[in-house]
Amino acid sequence: MELIKPSFGLIFWMLIGFGILFFILAKFAWPVITNGIASRNKKIQDQLDEAARVHAELENMNQKYEEMLADAKAERDAIVADARKVSEKLYEEAKLKANNEAQAIIDDAKQAIYYEKMKAITDVKNEIANFSIDIAQKVLKEELSDKERQEKLIEEWVDNCKLN
Amino acid sequence: MKYIFKRLSVLLLFFAALLVFTPFNAQAAEEEEGFQAGPFIIEHVTDSYGWHICGDGDKSVTIPLPIILIDDGHLVCFSSGKLHHGHAAYNGYAMGWGDQKGSIVKLDSDYTGHLTEGENYAVDHVCKFNISITKNVCALFISLILIATIFLTVAKRYKQHPDEAPSGLQGLVEPVVVFLQEEVINPSLGDRAPKYTPYLLTLFFFILLNNMLGIIPIFPGGANLTGNIVVTGILALITFFITNISAKKEYWVDIFNTPGVPWWLKFPLPIMPFVELIGIFTKPFVLMVRLFANITAGHIIVLGFISLIFIFGQMSPYIGYGVSVVSLLFYVFMGVLELLVAFIQAFVFTLLSAIYIGTATEEHEESTELA
Repeated sequence: MELIKPSFGLIFWMLIGFGILFFILAKFAWPVITNGIASRNKKIQDQLDEAARVHAELENMNQKYEEMLADAKAERDAIVADARKVSEKLYEEAKLKANNEAQAIIDDAKQAIYYEKMKAITDVKNEIANFSIDIAQKVLKEELSDKERQEKLIEEWVDNCKLN
Repeated sequence: MKYIFKRLSVLLLFFAALLVFTPFNAQAAEEEEGFQAGPFIIEHVTDSYGWHICGDGDKSVTIPLPIILIDDGHLVCFSSGKLHHGHAAYNGYAMGWGDQKGSIVKLDSDYTGHLTEGENYAVDHVCKFNISITKNVCALFISLILIATIFLTVAKRYKQHPDEAPSGLQGLVEPVVVFLQEEVINPSLGDRAPKYTPYLLTLFFFILLNNMLGIIPIFPGGANLTGNIVVTGILALITFFITNISAKKEYWVDIFNTPGVPWWLKFPLPIMPFVELIGIFTKPFVLMVRLFANITAGHIIVLGFISLIFIFGQMSPYIGYGVSVVSLLFYVFMGVLELLVAFIQAFVFTLLSAIYIGTATEEHEESTELA
């Protein structure tokens, strides 16, 4: 029965030893360890909460940004459409104006051509008259003898030289 | 992880080698008078005055431990080496034999010298106040220093690096502490937990570390401390005192006037109160016996397997070598099992202590009985 016979020495040392161990650990180890774990747990939880909060904030900001972007796009489209409209109008106006101007220039040119033509015709008529006089002089020099014939000739020429 | 396995396997191989080689030095001595498995096993699971390392008989290597007595009002101190494993007396002090085995006796003379076996020496008295540093006391001191060092180191780390990721020893200890707090202590004790946490944590790690040191076959392990009835008894006694001193009114009401029990079980003959009163004492008693029996049984089985080698070795050395392979395999299996038991028993002791204290300090009506 040696196995279950308690020995006084071991009881004595066990009480003292376990007592000292309990005292040391309860005073210097367990509070530090348990508080350390609790404090770290709290810190981690706080940081997780903070991260979740920041994430939500970021999400919110992102949404705002998206909204702003959509607004800006719409505005841009409106501006571009306006600009296009204005430019088209301007183009039409410019085209119209150019057409009118061109028409005016053409008209002017036509008129100028008409005048020039008239002038040329008049010149030609004058020239022809001069030619006629020259020819008449030459003919007259040759045919001075026969007055009747002379007159007949002049009349024939003048009739033949009908212009237009 | 791989590194740890490598280390562990090297350690295991070392122990295995140790076990293989012990038969060689032991065998020679055993052959002289035959191997007795019973005394061999009991000798290894009980306390002794020296720390046996290896070898046998006169050739053994033993660390002599001091013997401290208070005899006749005088403090007596001497090395246990002077007693030569009970084969010698020093100033009249000798190791007891027969009924006094395990204690120190004072002979009726101040004789110093060899004691012959079988001769009748007159015993004056057994030294009652014997606070010798026995093998178990020495193992107790080693484990105390080890536990204090581990947890003071860890605590220092918490103090010096607050709110940092755990590392090293801290990383090993912290999950266990957190597990105990969250799975054992807090569920059992609720808001009373902080008051009892230091005791329960100390209890768990004391049992666990000593269980594990007990599995290691050589110095500084190998002492069967948590397989000693005194050690488990004192731990159970502390739980008993904490439970009953911190118990609330409801606890005593539950015992002496158990609710929900017919009156005739209480009134003329107080059967229920008597049963409940016994329950106060059986709970710590069961705590004591459970731990003691589990650890001691594990050690006895391991020693049984080792004894098989010697028993068969006596028939023929070759059978001994053959059996040693099988024994060794069983030893490794038992070692792993004992490691598991070391954890389970430490856990169970702590869990039940927490539940006992928890139910005793509960303030409200319903009490959950778990035992």
